[in-house]
Amino acid sequence: MPKKDPSIKLDRRKFLAAAAVAGATGAVKPAMAATAAAPQAQLRLPSALPPNAHVAAAETGTPQMPSSNEGRPGSDFMVDVIKTLDIKYLPANPASSFRGIHESLIDYGKNTMPEFLTCMHEESAVGMCHGYFKATGKPLMTLVHGVVGLQHSTMAVYNAWCDRVPVLIMGGNDLDAAHRAPGVPTFHSAQDINAIVRDYTKWDDTPVSPQHFAQSFVRMYKIATTPPYGPVMMALDGGLQTEPIREDGDKLYIPKFFPAAPPQGDSGAVKEAARLLANAEQPVIVVDRVARTPEGVTRLIALAELLQAPVVDQGNRMNFPNTHYLARPASVIRDADVIIGMELSDYWNTVNGFIDNGDEGIGRNVTKIKPGTKLISISSVDLITKSNYQDFQRFQSIDVSMPGDAEATLPSLIEAIKAALPNDRKDAIAKRGQSIRDAHVKGLAATKQAAAVAWDASPISTARLVTELYAQIRDLDWSLVSTAGNTSNWANRLWPIEKHHQWLGASGGYGVGYGAPASVGAALGNRDLGRFSVSIQSDGDLMYAPGVLWTAVRHKIPLLAVMHNNRGYHQEVMHLQRLASFRDRVVNIGKDLGPIGTSIMNPDIEYHKLAESMGWWAKGPIVDPGDLGPAIREAVAVVKTGQPALVNVQTQPR
Amino acid sequence: MNSVRIFVAPAVLALTALAAGLIGQGTAFAASAEKGKAAYIQYGCWQCHGFDGQGSVTSNGKVLARTPLPLDAFIAFVRTTNGQMPPYRPPVLTDEALADMYAYLQSLPQPKSASDIPLLGEVRSQ
Repeated sequence: MPKKDPSIKLDRRKFLAAAAVAGATGAVKPAMAATAAAPQAQLRLPSALPPNAHVAAAETGTPQMPSSNEGRPGSDFMVDVIKTLDIKYLPANPASSFRGIHESLIDYGKNTMPEFLTCMHEESAVGMCHGYFKATGKPLMTLVHGVVGLQHSTMAVYNAWCDRVPVLIMGGNDLDAAHRAPGVPTFHSAQDINAIVRDYTKWDDTPVSPQHFAQSFVRMYKIATTPPYGPVMMALDGGLQTEPIREDGDKLYIPKFFPAAPPQGDSGAVKEAARLLANAEQPVIVVDRVARTPEGVTRLIALAELLQAPVVDQGNRMNFPNTHYLARPASVIRDADVIIGMELSDYWNTVNGFIDNGDEGIGRNVTKIKPGTKLISISSVDLITKSNYQDFQRFQSIDVSMPGDAEATLPSLIEAIKAALPNDRKDAIAKRGQSIRDAHVKGLAATKQAAAVAWDASPISTARLVTELYAQIRDLDWSLVSTAGNTSNWANRLWPIEKHHQWLGASGGYGVGYGAPASVGAALGNRDLGRFSVSIQSDGDLMYAPGVLWTAVRHKIPLLAVMHNNRGYHQEVMHLQRLASFRDRVVNIGKDLGPIGTSIMNPDIEYHKLAESMGWWAKGPIVDPGDLGPAIREAVAVVKTGQPALVNVQTQPR
Repeated sequence: MNSVRIFVAPAVLALTALAAGLIGQGTAFAASAEKGKAAYIQYGCWQCHGFDGQGSVTSNGKVLARTPLPLDAFIAFVRTTNGQMPPYRPPVLTDEALADMYAYLQSLPQPKSASDIPLLGEVRSQ
């Protein structure tokens, strides 16, 4: 019999096995012992005999257990499962609730595929996964601590959900209330830790056996990576991680992963959409997250050129080259007779507007389109609408609605339009293209002239900021990994964005604090692909979880971060000003520039010193526009050596 | 000191005065660009239009530097706007302060031509 070690925690499966043994051995004696010990009690309580000492010990003591070294740990098998899915990194903040799998990953798994990356906040870890996927098209996984770690991560999970990005999240938990450690580990356990993210994940599970884990992990990977993409969650029981595997006849197996084909729009609806588009006088294409892959860009160009229709790119992905003559601003929809919206976050707000300027500060709605304009939609998000969180936005009536993946539907739509195009319309369509080309050229000239206003201003204009930055990276294979904060879309307006990885979009859920970790995650992916990563990093965003700067240095992730340091939570600055104006009050700015509570000044944060303290090369504050180009040039040289670099620039508000 | 005397057209002023509860005919303001800059910051104009009146597409802030609008139209717009910009009424922002702001905006340097800025020649060309 193995030597009993009372320090060894008893998990519930061992407990059940041991209890069964104890029950069998104890079943012989209780009646006899009870009769001898308490005849008076027997009279008073004839139906409930007290246990003898042996039975009492079996029920309340620590049963005899097999050695904890018997068999392989469950978490080793989990690592075997994870390794089948080509997951390169695992950014995470360490925690006791997943110590079993953590140890297996770094020792049994040799810390490769995935490699554990040390993060200082769970929100940073999920944000890194988010950014990495958008740069590479490959999902990452993260581990979060039970309850509190998952709570830390939630905003980033919501961003990933709204941005349709797959992230594999595993949360440690210890379900066995009788055997988990009391105190802190019990504070950090829950019946159902997944509940807090269930409204904004595609799927979640709580496996209770190694085989269940294998099935669920492959399943969660498949669900997350089938369009529409999204985060998924698994609660990982402490006992399941640490318990030795004892196979009872059935061999454990790892299900093979085969990717699922993305859902496509119904063929009849595709034909009807094609008929409307082919016969439209002024069709307009509006896109938001169409190009899941570079192939999506190619397909969208083919559609636009076939129709000679303007494309309005709402910018949550790089969908369409802004250098293409059919790339046009949102204002073109006012002339449309047919609009096809693909993977839009908010169709209602595309064809309507909300003006936050009515009586008493209550906004009013306006339409942006002509009466009778036909609306077509292709959206995979229609397939996963949930109830609680309102990311589905206002309801918009649509003439032809196709729940399905737009990138996957484009080939059949293009073929259907070719078949539907009347021969006598081809000249008119070509003419339409020429007028759009003329407008495109004029629009670019106007944009450049707008950029020239306040060119020499200090604080530095956002147009100057992005133009100086582009001058230093234009000859590199650059990737703009994030533009947290708002720089008046100057990068989209002035930089030639032609490759899928040159623009990765925004956070999705507008949860502030996305920019810094997503940039580091995307830069990690770009590092491996030989690309140069640059972010325009806002001040407020960075301060949510600046520890991710350390992660970048620790794991040698090259990234050029140029601060858009406008010294305020600028969106909120304007909200308070607006409300004060509605109420005929002068907003109280105290001793700052913006309304009390919205400024990040007095003192100004020295972001360059913050970054330096964590090992970044940094320079700043840059207040003279003449100093900006040389500072960025220095930083680019540093980043080329494989280090991150930050330039702290004091900027105009937007 | 950039100080100019600005006259507001009586007809337009009447409209704005009506809205503002003011009575004024042929009102003249001794406008000060210096005071106007302070007011421009104090009343939050910079938030959407930038410290130098350069505007912002994402804040729906129009370019105000050397605005071609006449002062009376400028004041009328501020009082009555029902677009994305909230209206500023006289109890909050006086006509005199608006005239000062106007002087400040007119004092800003004429924007360079984009073609005279070499870096803008290096950004996208199509």
